[in-house]
Amino acid sequence: MNKFRIHIAKRDTMPVAAAWAIRIGAIVLALLLGSLLTLVLTGKNPLSVLLTIVQGAFGTERKIWTTLRDTSVLLMFGLAVAPAFKMRFWNIGAEGQVLMSGLGTAVVMFFLGGKINDGLLIILMLVAAIVCGMLWAFIPAVIKAKWNTNETLSTLMLNYIAAQIVSMFIAWAVPSGSMKMGIINQDTNAGWLPALFGNKHILIIIMALLITAFVFVYIKYGKGGYELTVVGESVKTARYVGIKVEWVIIRTMLISGAICGIIGFLQVAGVEHTISPNTAGGLGFTAVLVAWMAKLNPIVMIFTSMLIVVMSNGAGDVASSLGLNASFSDILTGIILFFLIGCEFFINYKICFSAKNDKISSDVTDSKESESSGGVEENEGGKQS
Amino acid sequence: MKKMKKIAAVALSAAMALGLCACGDNASNTTQTASNDGVTVKAGFICLHDENSTYDLNFINGAKSACEAMGIEYIIKTNIPEGAECQTAAEELVDAGCNFVFADSFGHEDYIIEAAKEFPEVQFAHATGTKAHTEGLSNFHNAFASIYEGRYLAGITAGLKLNEMIENGQITADQAKMGYVGAYPYAEVVSGYTSFYLGAKSVCPTVTMDVTYTSSWYDETAEKEGANKLINNGCVLISQHADSMGAPTACENAGVPNVSYNGSTLSACPNTFLVSSRIDWAPYFTYAMTAIKNGETFATDYVGTIATGSVCLTDLSGNVAEGTADAIETAKAALANGTLHVFDTATFTVGGSAVTEYMADVDSDPAYEGDHNVIVDGHFAESADGFRSAPYFDLRIDGITELQ
Repeated sequence: MNKFRIHIAKRDTMPVAAAWAIRIGAIVLALLLGSLLTLVLTGKNPLSVLLTIVQGAFGTERKIWTTLRDTSVLLMFGLAVAPAFKMRFWNIGAEGQVLMSGLGTAVVMFFLGGKINDGLLIILMLVAAIVCGMLWAFIPAVIKAKWNTNETLSTLMLNYIAAQIVSMFIAWAVPSGSMKMGIINQDTNAGWLPALFGNKHILIIIMALLITAFVFVYIKYGKGGYELTVVGESVKTARYVGIKVEWVIIRTMLISGAICGIIGFLQVAGVEHTISPNTAGGLGFTAVLVAWMAKLNPIVMIFTSMLIVVMSNGAGDVASSLGLNASFSDILTGIILFFLIGCEFFINYKICFSAKNDKISSDVTDSKESESSGGVEENEGGKQS
Repeated sequence: MKKMKKIAAVALSAAMALGLCACGDNASNTTQTASNDGVTVKAGFICLHDENSTYDLNFINGAKSACEAMGIEYIIKTNIPEGAECQTAAEELVDAGCNFVFADSFGHEDYIIEAAKEFPEVQFAHATGTKAHTEGLSNFHNAFASIYEGRYLAGITAGLKLNEMIENGQITADQAKMGYVGAYPYAEVVSGYTSFYLGAKSVCPTVTMDVTYTSSWYDETAEKEGANKLINNGCVLISQHADSMGAPTACENAGVPNVSYNGSTLSACPNTFLVSSRIDWAPYFTYAMTAIKNGETFATDYVGTIATGSVCLTDLSGNVAEGTADAIETAKAALANGTLHVFDTATFTVGGSAVTEYMADVDSDPAYEGDHNVIVDGHFAESADGFRSAPYFDLRIDGITELQ
């Protein structure tokens, strides 16, 4: 048995610093590949790609604010799904929950704008948003709790239903034109969130930080957070210690829905002032990446969301400044995301090159030991991703 | 927690380093040379799609040729959706030093208005928009062209082709049915297909037309299916007002003659392409940028015409009927000197009777109420002075059937 063999084994819990070294290495490799591709396709200096990405995200004061705002929005999406993930409830319905809340906001804004006091209008918009978001999260939660339906499917399908409801509303509210709502209350600005300190992005950034703090405290120190963690570890254990699993599922999803409600409200009242089936912009799915890369830690999610936003905003500028088709930015973003997701494999597993069989068997026992002895909480993400 | 701090420190310092080099590079980019004569113009263009869309390609070509002829620096942003991204794109163009910003899609308008309010010193213009004449902003402009005249001329080509098919015995006079693939059922499209139909009818009196909508400005599959559906319904000639190659390709596959839009599709459809009408945007860009350069104001609503070179036809292909070129030249001259009106109320009926008065929705309002009588001197005054540049002809005339 002198054959050279490759063998994959689960790692011990990797030190955080080493894991991040691997991630940063992956980004560097992704950038190198992206530069190489640019060089081959355009003959332009690969370094210019890197500089353009940086400039695309931080090049001007406006771009810095846009990057911070986009990061905040993506972060809130991640925060909305994280508690459910911790509970092993695969909520990929943030998209639909945000859309429904955005629709709630837009409907109130559209019908009551200018008819009632602006402060009251904004409060009603917020209430409508949160109620809609919670309703859209409640549906999959309650059918999961009652009949144990597959929440991956139900949350995913509800996204499409939400998009269709939004389209129906637009077709009904704006019968002429190209199925675009247009800016709501453009002349009166009724229901538009005010710019704090003269900056329209600050409110969103502050809200994102507040929600981060809330989710962090809730999961780490709250009774609810403890209960959902136990449910995530083992439903049987949870029942044994007297946790009402059904209620925990519903309560956690209601919290997700409420956070989505705030996102939808901020997007429509604070940023876009309109509603479209693209209001959530696919961020509900990117949020899964944000949450998992951060191992569901709300504080770490600040950095993972920023990383993704910087890379995609930056890549957006590469195409225009190098005179390439915008699809090229998608290719670059794709390469970066591929490396980022791919590198998680090397964080959770190691590849052993060995010539002897006995070495392999010892590795297997090693990994088994580490799995059973490793910190449960820290290992969570690894097992799933 | 210690690890957390370390990560935070690394990330922060990285971000700062990035910020620094970004600023350094940016400063060198925005250095502009002072010009001796007039204001230095820098133009920014916002496009809904990219070069793969015939509509956007037509704008991009116009922008490039106008800017290069005037020696003006320009930036083109493609694939900008009709949402808040459009406002961000406009803001970024202003940051990059543009003092003329143009957006090409109907749904961009609200966001360009927001940008115009934000930057009063920058001139914003928007194609196909409807709000400039009521918005009251001195730096926001709408522009369009009397493309209905171009479509009328293209319609003559189609009508003569139908006559040829009738003469050859391929179809009977009653079977002269055309098909039209439109994007949405609103005035811009209705005005376009009606003028195309009236052009065909002016030479082929028995012509009828079916119209189908795709509910998208760019959906290759839907446009292809739409064209195939029309062909299966007995349409013997197809035209379209949507921006992909879907309909022309379907025609080429089925061997059905096609009148295109936005530019020639001859290379992809050598056997079926007849002619294409299009708006040449270069004259408008030249006009607006020259005004900015000289510090002059320019029209709130601009309508390019055959005379300004804005409305053009591509070269006729070898597939057209004999005598087409002469017929087009005659009609073109009559349109230019005002003896011929595309929407002459003597040439069409609505619900069986002639139109003597029509209140069109010229000033956009939430209820879409008609506010101006647009029947002037025996014709429907489309894109006319005193109204607005974007089309408002939305009558459904006899002879045209909307499917769905």
